[in-house]
Amino acid sequence: MSTIVRLPNQQDATLPKLSYLNNGYGLKSWLLTGDHKRIAILYLISITLFFFVGGAFAGLIRLELLTPMPDLVSSDTYNKLFTMHGIIMVFLFLVPSVPATVGNFVLPIMVGARDLAFPKVNLLSWYLYVVAGIFVVGALIFGGADMGWTFTTPLSTHYLNTHVITVALGVFVAGFSSIFTGLNFIVTTHRMRAPGMTWFRLPLFVWSHYAASLLMVLGTPVLAITLVLVALERLFGIGVFDPTKGGDPLLFQHLFWFYSHPAVYIMILPGMGVISEVISTFSRKRVFGYTAVAFSSVAIAVFGFFVWAHHMFIMGVSNYSALVFSLLTMLVAVPSAIKIFNWAATLYKGSITFETPMLYAFGFMGLFTIGGLTGVFLGSLGMDIHLTETYFIVAHFHFVMVGGMLMAYLAGVHFWWPKMTGRMYPESLSRLAAVTTFIGFILTFFPQFVLGYLGMPRRYHAYPPEFQVLNVLSTAGATVLGIGYLMPMIYMTWSLKYGAIAGSNPWQATGLEWQIQSPPPTENFLEIPIVDYEAYDYEWLANKTQHEVTTVG
Amino acid sequence: MDSQTIAVRQQEEIAHHEHDHPAYLRHHFETVEQQKEAASFGMWLFLLTEIMFFGGLFMAYLLYRNWYHDAFVSASNTIGIGLGTTNTAVLIVSSFTMAMGVYCAEKRNRRGLLVSLALTLVLGLVFLGIKSVEYHEKYVEHHIPGAGFSIEDFVHPHDKRDIPLSPDVAQHAQIFFFLYFAMTGMHALHMIIGVSILLVLIYRARQGAYTTGHTSTIDNFGLYWHFVDIVWIFLFPLLYLISRHPLH
Repeated sequence: MSTIVRLPNQQDATLPKLSYLNNGYGLKSWLLTGDHKRIAILYLISITLFFFVGGAFAGLIRLELLTPMPDLVSSDTYNKLFTMHGIIMVFLFLVPSVPATVGNFVLPIMVGARDLAFPKVNLLSWYLYVVAGIFVVGALIFGGADMGWTFTTPLSTHYLNTHVITVALGVFVAGFSSIFTGLNFIVTTHRMRAPGMTWFRLPLFVWSHYAASLLMVLGTPVLAITLVLVALERLFGIGVFDPTKGGDPLLFQHLFWFYSHPAVYIMILPGMGVISEVISTFSRKRVFGYTAVAFSSVAIAVFGFFVWAHHMFIMGVSNYSALVFSLLTMLVAVPSAIKIFNWAATLYKGSITFETPMLYAFGFMGLFTIGGLTGVFLGSLGMDIHLTETYFIVAHFHFVMVGGMLMAYLAGVHFWWPKMTGRMYPESLSRLAAVTTFIGFILTFFPQFVLGYLGMPRRYHAYPPEFQVLNVLSTAGATVLGIGYLMPMIYMTWSLKYGAIAGSNPWQATGLEWQIQSPPPTENFLEIPIVDYEAYDYEWLANKTQHEVTTVG
Repeated sequence: MDSQTIAVRQQEEIAHHEHDHPAYLRHHFETVEQQKEAASFGMWLFLLTEIMFFGGLFMAYLLYRNWYHDAFVSASNTIGIGLGTTNTAVLIVSSFTMAMGVYCAEKRNRRGLLVSLALTLVLGLVFLGIKSVEYHEKYVEHHIPGAGFSIEDFVHPHDKRDIPLSPDVAQHAQIFFFLYFAMTGMHALHMIIGVSILLVLIYRARQGAYTTGHTSTIDNFGLYWHFVDIVWIFLFPLLYLISRHPLH
């Protein structure tokens, strides 16, 4: 049985003398680097920053909603709060979250390459992200914008005198940063695989990133041109979306959601890749139905392009097209369910251990299932008319984006932290954080389903007093959730210096990235590996361990 | 074999190893073919994103053309066909000179490459020049949307007697001209970017950068240039030719 899986003793592990972290010091060696691992770290730092900025806005929103009366902020400020929360969280956190940090770091190693295909483009992508961040922060400093993250016309083009164009420019630039990441991933997956690394030996993480990259490359340019049109309309009064001049605001909705619906799959697919890796590693089994899970990622990407109009059921699209889009929306549930069922089947009879990434992965499976199923509610026409623009929608997409994606992001960061830094995070503290996050999340967003069903609309800063109990629950949950997010921030930083030395393969996992030292050398592989074994080859690992026991006995 | 011989052998091997890897092979690629394939694949993908980028504008054009057919046809009839046709010819010829550039780079013909690139540059500038003359015409005719737009010139497209369009219909010609400026402007922007890159390429080609076997950059720029041409090949009929009044 041939394999290259190495299981070094963790007790006497030491930090390697040479790694990507100490290959060159000083700010310049980081800011001008072409190394995908360093760029991943740059991204990790910047998106963490924006996550906490966006989180602060969420905190203020929940604080305002503690009481039925508008007593913390004025209605204008409240509009700005939820707008900036949405813009920052969607475009500056969720879209780049897993792909640009974890994906950037491990994807080239997983396929057995020394770097992404275009290292300079990768660095450019980070700089574009920073420029986008500067635009958004600039808009924030000069007074913010309040069109909602959806840039709805004609509100955004005619009725607001806030910094819509600055924010639109920021999102435009962030879009190109994400296009370049996607382009790099696709080319790397096609052209940079090590000898023997066939498509069906790729880890599912690579498959899901490939699918998400397709969406980034095909969807994002449409958002870019749409935002250009919005900006032109604001600046020069041109009437493409203006009904008084013969334009059509619905065209804006079509163009916007043509990107922004696939964008939710851009956000969730990389997270699903993380979950595949984590579930397989900690149940010591090959992912059940590897091929089905791989193709379900691609299926989600393909279906994802044909469901955008379900955001527009109440906007005056024809009944016939609403019917078709409703049906297509139900179809997306199929590949998503394939994933959930296959992960559950992977757990079945596995040797499950409950390390922190696994706890987050369990959180993902539960919360994503609820989020996904409520998506089917909303995809059904009759229900959607009742529930749209209520807190039910807010709860639904937070279950998918925060309960799903953020859990997956934290699972990924914990899972690959030993590889990135060479040190372990404190295990018991991080388990506590995972459980805190889960409890806080449920407490925050579950009451919002009920609120929405009872009819509380989203985007208002005051509400009838009978909704207060549920809102207080939600705000209390947000506090717990905030603590759950602060904890990793603190102990991860602590572990950079004081964490236990991880060694190259602390999880005894089979992926290529675990066969090289932690932190990896700049070149990743001193010699490009030749792959002659399947992904997740844990059966081999089990046999070997058994064999060792018998010979020792 | 004594240790000295081994050391010499090793040095020879290292030298041989370096000889195998030309200077332009980036460290993270295994072979030159891999690097070349990656570069061209990346370029094709980038062009795909460009198609989607222009796709939004084409979508808007199709929608409004269906809605405001008369206004669109009438507005399209006011655009002079001579300059547009000349520009189409200029671009097609520039595509040919660009293709010649790629050929010369492959044949390691530095002089030929320089001539081709320079011709492409000149033709690109000619296109932009003619385009700006056309824009100026629109300015003179008050056909710039949003800035003193005049609806006097728009006549009923299916009537030989030049009956003016009713004002509410004629207003929709503004949408046509907005799309005209957005689409040709976005195209011109791509031309300007192309011309700027050409300047850099000519400068580097003078130093002999692309005639030593490493032609990826020229190949990929060629793809970009042809793509921008093809966009125009779609824009020209949509904006100038479709339903052009046969009797005018």
